[in-house]
Amino acid sequence: MSGPNTNYDPVEVAALAPEALEANVADALDAIAAATSLEELKAARLAHAGERSPLALANREIGALPPSAKADAGKRVGQARGQVNQALAARQVELEAERDERILVEEALDLTVAPARHPVGRRHVLTVTAERMADAMVALGWEIAEGPGVEAEWFNFDALNFDKDHPARQMQDTFFVDPADAGLVLRTHTSPVQARSLLERGVPLYVAVPGKTFRTDELDATHTPVFHQLEGIAIDEGLTMAHLKGTLDRLAEAMFGPGITSRLRPAFFPFTEPSAEMDFRCFVCRGEDPGCRTCGGTGWIEWGGCGMVNHNVLRAAGVDPERYQGFAFGMGVERTAMFRHGIEDMREMIEGDVRFNAQFGMEI
Amino acid sequence: MRVPVDWLGEYVELPAGVTGEQIAAALVAVGLEEEGLHGGDVAGPLVVGRVLEKHPEPQKNGKTINWCQVDVGDSNGTGEPQGIVCGAHNFEVGDLVAVILPGGVLPGNFQISARKTYGHVSAGMICSVRELGIGEDHDGIIVLPRLLGEHHVEELGLQPGDDLIPVLGLDREVVEVNVTPDRGYCFSLRGVAREYSHSTGAAYTDPALIPVDPATQDGYAVELADAGIPELDGVPGCDRYVARIVRGIDLTRETPEWMQRRLLEAGMRPISLAVDVTNYVMLALGQPLHAFDLATLQGPIVVRRAVAGERLRTLDDVDRVLDPEDLLITDSGTRILALAGVMGGEDGEVTPGQTTDVLIESAHFDPRSVARSSRRHRLSSEAAKRFERGVDPDVTDAAAQLAVNLLVEHGGGTADPAITDADQRVATRGPIELDVTMPTRYVGVDYTPERVREILTMIGCEVRELGQGTISVTPPGWRPDLTDAPTLVEEVARVDGYDKIPSVVPRAIGGRGLTHGQRARRRVAGALAGQGLHEVLTYPFVGESRFDELGLAADDVRRTALRLANPLSDEAPLMRTELLQTLPEALRRNISRGSRDVALFEIDTVTLPDHAAQAPVPGVGARPDDAVLQQIRDAVPGQPWHVAVVAAGQADRSGWWGKGRPVDVTDVVAWAHSVADTLGVPLRRVQAERAPFHPGRCVELTLEDGTTVGFVGELHPKVVQRLGLPDRTSAAELDLDVLVAASERPTQVRPLSTHPMASSDVALVVPRSTRYGDVEASLRAGAGELLESVELFDVYVGDQLAADQQSLAFRMHFRAPDRTLTTEEVNAARDAAVARAAKDHGAVQR
Repeated sequence: MSGPNTNYDPVEVAALAPEALEANVADALDAIAAATSLEELKAARLAHAGERSPLALANREIGALPPSAKADAGKRVGQARGQVNQALAARQVELEAERDERILVEEALDLTVAPARHPVGRRHVLTVTAERMADAMVALGWEIAEGPGVEAEWFNFDALNFDKDHPARQMQDTFFVDPADAGLVLRTHTSPVQARSLLERGVPLYVAVPGKTFRTDELDATHTPVFHQLEGIAIDEGLTMAHLKGTLDRLAEAMFGPGITSRLRPAFFPFTEPSAEMDFRCFVCRGEDPGCRTCGGTGWIEWGGCGMVNHNVLRAAGVDPERYQGFAFGMGVERTAMFRHGIEDMREMIEGDVRFNAQFGMEI
Repeated sequence: MRVPVDWLGEYVELPAGVTGEQIAAALVAVGLEEEGLHGGDVAGPLVVGRVLEKHPEPQKNGKTINWCQVDVGDSNGTGEPQGIVCGAHNFEVGDLVAVILPGGVLPGNFQISARKTYGHVSAGMICSVRELGIGEDHDGIIVLPRLLGEHHVEELGLQPGDDLIPVLGLDREVVEVNVTPDRGYCFSLRGVAREYSHSTGAAYTDPALIPVDPATQDGYAVELADAGIPELDGVPGCDRYVARIVRGIDLTRETPEWMQRRLLEAGMRPISLAVDVTNYVMLALGQPLHAFDLATLQGPIVVRRAVAGERLRTLDDVDRVLDPEDLLITDSGTRILALAGVMGGEDGEVTPGQTTDVLIESAHFDPRSVARSSRRHRLSSEAAKRFERGVDPDVTDAAAQLAVNLLVEHGGGTADPAITDADQRVATRGPIELDVTMPTRYVGVDYTPERVREILTMIGCEVRELGQGTISVTPPGWRPDLTDAPTLVEEVARVDGYDKIPSVVPRAIGGRGLTHGQRARRRVAGALAGQGLHEVLTYPFVGESRFDELGLAADDVRRTALRLANPLSDEAPLMRTELLQTLPEALRRNISRGSRDVALFEIDTVTLPDHAAQAPVPGVGARPDDAVLQQIRDAVPGQPWHVAVVAAGQADRSGWWGKGRPVDVTDVVAWAHSVADTLGVPLRRVQAERAPFHPGRCVELTLEDGTTVGFVGELHPKVVQRLGLPDRTSAAELDLDVLVAASERPTQVRPLSTHPMASSDVALVVPRSTRYGDVEASLRAGAGELLESVELFDVYVGDQLAADQQSLAFRMHFRAPDRTLTTEEVNAARDAAVARAAKDHGAVQR
């Protein structure tokens, strides 16, 4: 501390006195600490660091001091102001942080009830199931063919070796186009595309055919007059029933999971010889639960018909049966979807209720 | 075919204790699918009871029950009468009835226990035939003498407490199998037993191998007068006819109980001795028989085709007009006795009490002839079912013999020594040559030549060596389905076992993946679903009334629809020509079930009857020539793929998050565009008027060349009302095939300019009748190549304009590929655009 200055104005000196400065700083720090909002802090800043604050006024007095005292007073005032500004800045940061936190709390939204502004729609389980089946065949190197739902009788029956008087032709519950001799029907199966593909694409041939089919059944829980099938036909040199079984095993796995294989049982169809019914392994019990509700305890689920393509079918398409042979199969898409998804009533797939669709994902 | 197990056991050795389920499994393995198992599902105690007391007690629900005391002997362990509540009334005190006691089980695994009902503890149940699963009759409960015959009950000496399970045959099982059309011989116990033997190796006895009396020259005169008609390829309608006569039969005698039981178990009702015997032989051997009253026959049996105009009243009491293709059994050629192989008529019928001498017909008819007659007259019979699938022509005489034997034994008659066997069979099928390696090449299992011969011999074929690995195979008479080498391959494969076939994935030749159309349809469906629309599939059947509801004009081409000859419903005999004829039903159903905001789409084909009049049907087994194939293809109507959309409710849903917005026609226009955008096809819009849309709110979408893609609009208020849809329901229908074809060519890109974009807004006043799209087109045309895009961002109608004017505000964006545009260039292009709009539409800049 320097000694007393005789030129010193006692009044002015009072403002720059260390005690006075300390008191000012203490007042300022109290006010800053007491500020609970940015507004209060703003007021404190104005009062204690503003142009008319005691410290600012004290600062102004420095100029009037003798040169010997200026440095000392300037240093003390500077320190005091620095202390106050620091406190202001610190409190500013604190209060801003508090404010930011409060805003986030205030802006909180309850998102526990899902907003459904634009719910996504869904594909139909049957079209997606058919696509999945088709994709499995494409993966085996097959192509996907299509044919008309309103079909020539010749393609639906005769080309497939259904003789006009064959009892099987009567069993098909066919929709005929008016007049009855128009030679047109609603196809009773996707099999006419076998003949169409053979005629149009020739051999070797590996095609699968998803499509809509029709029979004169009334709609109930297990029947529908309009349904869907997936047909497959492979004609090449040296194809056997073992290849048929291999193909069905792959398709069964693609639809029902690894390890789900197929089984063949003797059957009859005019367009195949030998013919077989095909079952797939129950994917629920895998043949190990005699009380299984999915397969009725048999361990197997009926899937469709198949066999080696009848020579007459090949001949009808101009293919030499001595050189080429192959197999064909057909199964219901409805049935496949019903088992995959536990659908118990056929009508749910027919009625178009969006609540049914909404249960599925886009890729089922 | 219902196969009584004990009857089956007469022809093939069954292992002791074999169950119906095991038999069914063995038959499935050789191709006879199981249809059901019957019997064997009642567990005792099921005993004879004598009703001691019967107290009717009226109930509050209006029914009267009987509180009974029933003597069940010692079977209940106490010897005391059993108290049972019974709802039926068709019995009296003293009657013998069938009682199931607590602990017993009825069909359907229905467990019987003592239970409190109608204020009593009912300790068991008095049963009906239906409850026991032995008949459909539910008139009331079983009174044993009525069911079994007084005589039979006395013979058995039935006493209260006696076990009824064997008496009612409830320990006997029946296996029901589905017979495929190629295995007609399995419509007989003879055939099923043979198949069981093939499956299991069990010893088989052919029931047709019985001593047969030789035919004589003096038998009843039979003339096979049909040498074949061209419609049936000249195949004679009947090539074998055996006629046997049994005289002095008492047809009032009851059919033996065992035969009645077998008939019942096989699903046929016992009628009278003569009918029962013919049915029994048919079930045993598969040969349908007919019995005629000899005394009423007026002359020789003549088998001939009908003459146009002839009529026959068949036994089902229907008067039928015969067709010249129908094969008939007549006496003396004029009087018609039967529609051959299908059903008899009234003349010549056997009448118990009158008839004493019977002529048994056992014949072999052309399967196709019977099939056609049966179909033509919509007359299915047990006989027709067998004949059309092929009956063994070698058992004709044995079947007649078996019937004669049974009539002599049980009817007390005498067989006539004079026997007719008109046998005019010609061998139509020669032996089949088979390369013994073919089964292996076809099935993929290594069958040795020995195994192939063994199996074919086992199924009844005659096998001869031809050398060089080839055999000659002559199928047995009961296998008309064995016609070529593959049919023999199937026999080898199925008898050896399909379960032995290995699994080999074929190496396909490699494909080209999905076609563009297939991928396009998937993408379109995915795009629509992604925007909130649900895919549905509706039935394609409609009626004319739907066209009326949709407001189609009388001459609207969409009313020209393909008609079904046999629709499921007469209300909907047509195939839809647009998806919007059926899709709105699904919307209505959703709304009626409480859903409100529903947008649906369907992708399917529609049927446009633009086809030639008639499709030829050239028959099986040969490729038609190109001209005929073309005719067949041309006759198939066009069936283009369409996509349709229908929507109601909110497009933006309201909820706790804020307000919503109702779906309107602009949403549907946007969805329609999204379909085209998905495929990269630019569309144009032309304001249109078309049913079923609101005349002022409909737009036609076209390709740039003007080809129609489809229509979008709000449904006409009247249509909405008639179809019961929500107000303002909007819809669209597009031809997907047109879009798919237009998108086939890969898009070719233009290089992007990286120079700055300049924008300019113009407000144009035009008459309100002027279409936005037309003004926009003029701006595009006038602005020239510098125009990058243009958008209509505001439309004003109101006080500051004349009532018939509107102001359209467009924002135009300009950009050059090679430089930054100057203000002068932009203004010049804008002015040119406005000038064009002024010229085309009288547009005035505001």
